[in-house]
Amino acid sequence: MMVQSRNPAADQGMTELSEQSLAEIDRWIAKYPVDQRQSAVMAALRIAQEQNGGWLNRALIEAVADYLGMSPIEVEEVATFYSMYELKPVGRHKICVCTNISCLLRGSDEVVAHLEQRLGIRMGETTADGRFTLKEVECLGACVNAPMFQIGRDYHENLTPERIDAILDRLD
Amino acid sequence: MATIEINGKVVEARDGAMLIEAAAEAGFAIPHFCYHRKLTIAASCRMCLVEVEKAPKPLPACATPVSDGMKVQTRSPKALAAQKAVMEFLLINHPLDCPICDQGGECDLQELAVGYGGDVTRFAEGKRVVGDPDLGPLIATEMTRCIHCTRCVRFIAEIAGTRELGAPGRGEHMHITSWLGGQVGSELSGNVIDLCPVGALTSKPFRFRARAWELNARPAVAMHDGLGANLWFDTLRGQVLRARPRDNEAVNECWLSDRDRFACAGLHSDDRLRQPLLRDRNGWREAGWDEALPRAAQLLRNIVDNRGGEQLAALAAPSQSAEEYYLLQKLLRALGSPHIEHRLRQGCFTAQEAMPLMPGLGMAPEALQAGDAFLMVGCHLRKEQPLLNHRVRQAVLNGAAAMAINPVVWPSNYPLAAEQTVAPSRLAGALAEVAQALAGGEAGGEAAAMAERLRDAEQPLILVGAVAQMGEYLGAILAQAMQVAEACGGRVAFLPEGGNSAAAWLAGAVPHRGVAGSHAPTVGKHLRQLYAEPVAGLLLLGIEPERDSLDPAAMARLLEAAEGVVALAAYDSPLLREHADVILPLATWAESAGTQINHAGLWQSYRGAVAAPGEARPGWKVLRVLGNLLDLDGFDFNAADEVLAELRAAVDRQGAFAPTPWPAVALPDAPASVEAVAALSPYSVDAMVRRSPPLQAASDAPQPCCRVHPALAERLGRPQRVRVGDGAASAVLALEIDERVADGCIVVPTAIAETALLGALTGAISVEQAA
Ligand code: SF4
Ligand code: FES
Ligand code: FES
Repeated sequence: MMVQSRNPAADQGMTELSEQSLAEIDRWIAKYPVDQRQSAVMAALRIAQEQNGGWLNRALIEAVADYLGMSPIEVEEVATFYSMYELKPVGRHKICVCTNISCLLRGSDEVVAHLEQRLGIRMGETTADGRFTLKEVECLGACVNAPMFQIGRDYHENLTPERIDAILDRLD
Repeated sequence: MATIEINGKVVEARDGAMLIEAAAEAGFAIPHFCYHRKLTIAASCRMCLVEVEKAPKPLPACATPVSDGMKVQTRSPKALAAQKAVMEFLLINHPLDCPICDQGGECDLQELAVGYGGDVTRFAEGKRVVGDPDLGPLIATEMTRCIHCTRCVRFIAEIAGTRELGAPGRGEHMHITSWLGGQVGSELSGNVIDLCPVGALTSKPFRFRARAWELNARPAVAMHDGLGANLWFDTLRGQVLRARPRDNEAVNECWLSDRDRFACAGLHSDDRLRQPLLRDRNGWREAGWDEALPRAAQLLRNIVDNRGGEQLAALAAPSQSAEEYYLLQKLLRALGSPHIEHRLRQGCFTAQEAMPLMPGLGMAPEALQAGDAFLMVGCHLRKEQPLLNHRVRQAVLNGAAAMAINPVVWPSNYPLAAEQTVAPSRLAGALAEVAQALAGGEAGGEAAAMAERLRDAEQPLILVGAVAQMGEYLGAILAQAMQVAEACGGRVAFLPEGGNSAAAWLAGAVPHRGVAGSHAPTVGKHLRQLYAEPVAGLLLLGIEPERDSLDPAAMARLLEAAEGVVALAAYDSPLLREHADVILPLATWAESAGTQINHAGLWQSYRGAVAAPGEARPGWKVLRVLGNLLDLDGFDFNAADEVLAELRAAVDRQGAFAPTPWPAVALPDAPASVEAVAALSPYSVDAMVRRSPPLQAASDAPQPCCRVHPALAERLGRPQRVRVGDGAASAVLALEIDERVADGCIVVPTAIAETALLGALTGAISVEQAA
């Protein structure tokens, strides 16, 4: 296995935190003691990611670091530790498919196969039209209704190929 | 105290101590990788697992505090099984490349694998391979070998204070790198080479040069700042291949600055002088010592006989040994000359009579760590004195207030409690305001804040550094610093840039005082006076005239005006070739015995690590023979120790020293035009450092460009390039706009070829747009 620094895709995307993002980050900073601004780093990264269409680039990591008085490598550590931060552009809809044990027992490999076949991409890839990204994730805590995936903030459970088609057909 | 039992032995341990420390004190070594006594505990490698009675599972000794009655087994079957299991896991991803790994032979993993590793791997799967960041010219990376102990990350964060390294990724994807794989800029970065327990981070300049077991370790004392860090020179076949720290808690602990570590790459440069050189009608020719020494002696004798002793002067670099300074001044004074000078980068001498016996801290570097208020004036402590800065940083982390009055806001690796950015001519004035505020007078915001912190402190310390030293305002700055110190019950530490300035002062290598501050019957000319009224004969010790003076142009004129010049020099120099008559090849401090006297007044003697190249000889021997050839009394020394003993006896005889009171130095007027700030790169301070290729490639190496505040840039018409200086003595340099520079100032690099003709970079300087 080769481990390379997956430095966030360099120059695309937004380069600054918007006024609105900064205001939102400030709300998080306010929750912590004044000398511990950096406690807001996870929230700040999420806000930056939302502002940038679902992924973090180099400039935004630097901007978050700068705003919270951290060094960029510290922020990169956080951004690369949690799998919900994206470091490459993602599609409008990020489909996070659980392939952990319960879902696997209940047929998540079929879910994966169907999605890959329908969208014409492999796990970890994005469709050429920028609509969908497929992502493999660990247990999302919805094992009772496995198999499942998450799109945006919504969980979709008890998946079958038909249900999957119906769900995707409703998305723009 | 807690009473515990380790391997059946009853041990008293300090409360709060970790098992690994208690065990080490009791003589039980516990294998470990991530633990380091100077760093916080990560407990990430798990190599130190031991069995503790009543604990269900083995516990990491580095992260388990002792408690009364604890019974610990470090080598029980259970402990050994745990240690061996951890080793097996560590070796899963570690490459089997010891034969081509620089760490081989001095690798913790290799050593412990012999004791705890299996003979055959059970891991048949593919190993992990990790890409290498390029951390710069000092540190070589081979990250596939990394075992994720995070010592390097913790060092850079906790001691270097820059947080430039990190461990992005998780689990198998975790790897050590810098942001975007860029160069590490910390002045202490080389220490990660020693800390890395495997061959992931190794010394780039030393790469593939030798095996650890081929090297001879020779103790030495670094001579690039006034700390005198203790180090080992590892030598092979007469060459110094690398430097490593030699533990000394009172001086450098277990660290070295990058300058002290990598300067030795400049030791064996091609332009070392190997043979005495004589000038005759046809130019320079090599000669033997038997010819060169009498010639040098004769030359000095002729000056003294024909022109008088006071027509002779001696100049020495500020990083020579105490013995050399002592003999140099003894020789000169015996010849009837009082003109002995080593303060080649000092811009002002008005307060020299009030100077203490020797510059420095006047206290142990360790004591800095317990300080509670520091005011740095004209002092870029972080780059001038990296390991003192580390002590100050530790104090700040413990709650001390660090403050600065400087012409540039240099990036600090700790927060400053108050800061003023003013032109060099205003440094003294800013101090005066602080003094006023301390006396209860009116003062501006920052001055008042500074006064308050100083007043509240038990032991305030005012650090006056090389930036102040290199200006024409030094006298006023020191005088005001004394006022502040008096008003707040603190002290002033003057820290010149020279590696052995304290020894030079103490040994009498100054024109106005004899050995140990004794009365000088005639006060000689200091450097500026010599520049103004040159003398007929010069004896130079260890100087590269074009780089070692604050005003190289004046230095060149001084050499030119002299009829006879005898130079003892380690490195060749065009100016010496142009003006000297005899050049005697000099051994550096790495090649001769000598003594460094550090900021704390600690005398540290060293022996040469290797022989000097060719015919080069230690300065004390050359000066001794010159003394003999000139028929002077008291030059019959057989060893450097004897010279040192004589100096010591003289110092002991002299007893207490009382300088004259500080003169009232008027506050200087700011020049009407743009004001120069000399920027001395930490990697320009002495001839050896300037010749170290890795240091010259590092980010702190001198850059041939000027920097000004945006407001001044605007007034100059925002040029890309500027002409600084007048007429023939001007230089065209790139201009960088930098809001950290005080408005009205231009920061100009000194000690580089491009600015050698400019004169002293202090006071008014003309600046204009260049085509
Ligand atoms: S590079 Fe060396 S010091 Fe740093 S984490 Fe890896 S093994 Fe430890
Ligand atoms: S295993 Fe899929 S949600 Fe828990
Ligand atoms: S030394 Fe204890 S866990 Fe690494």
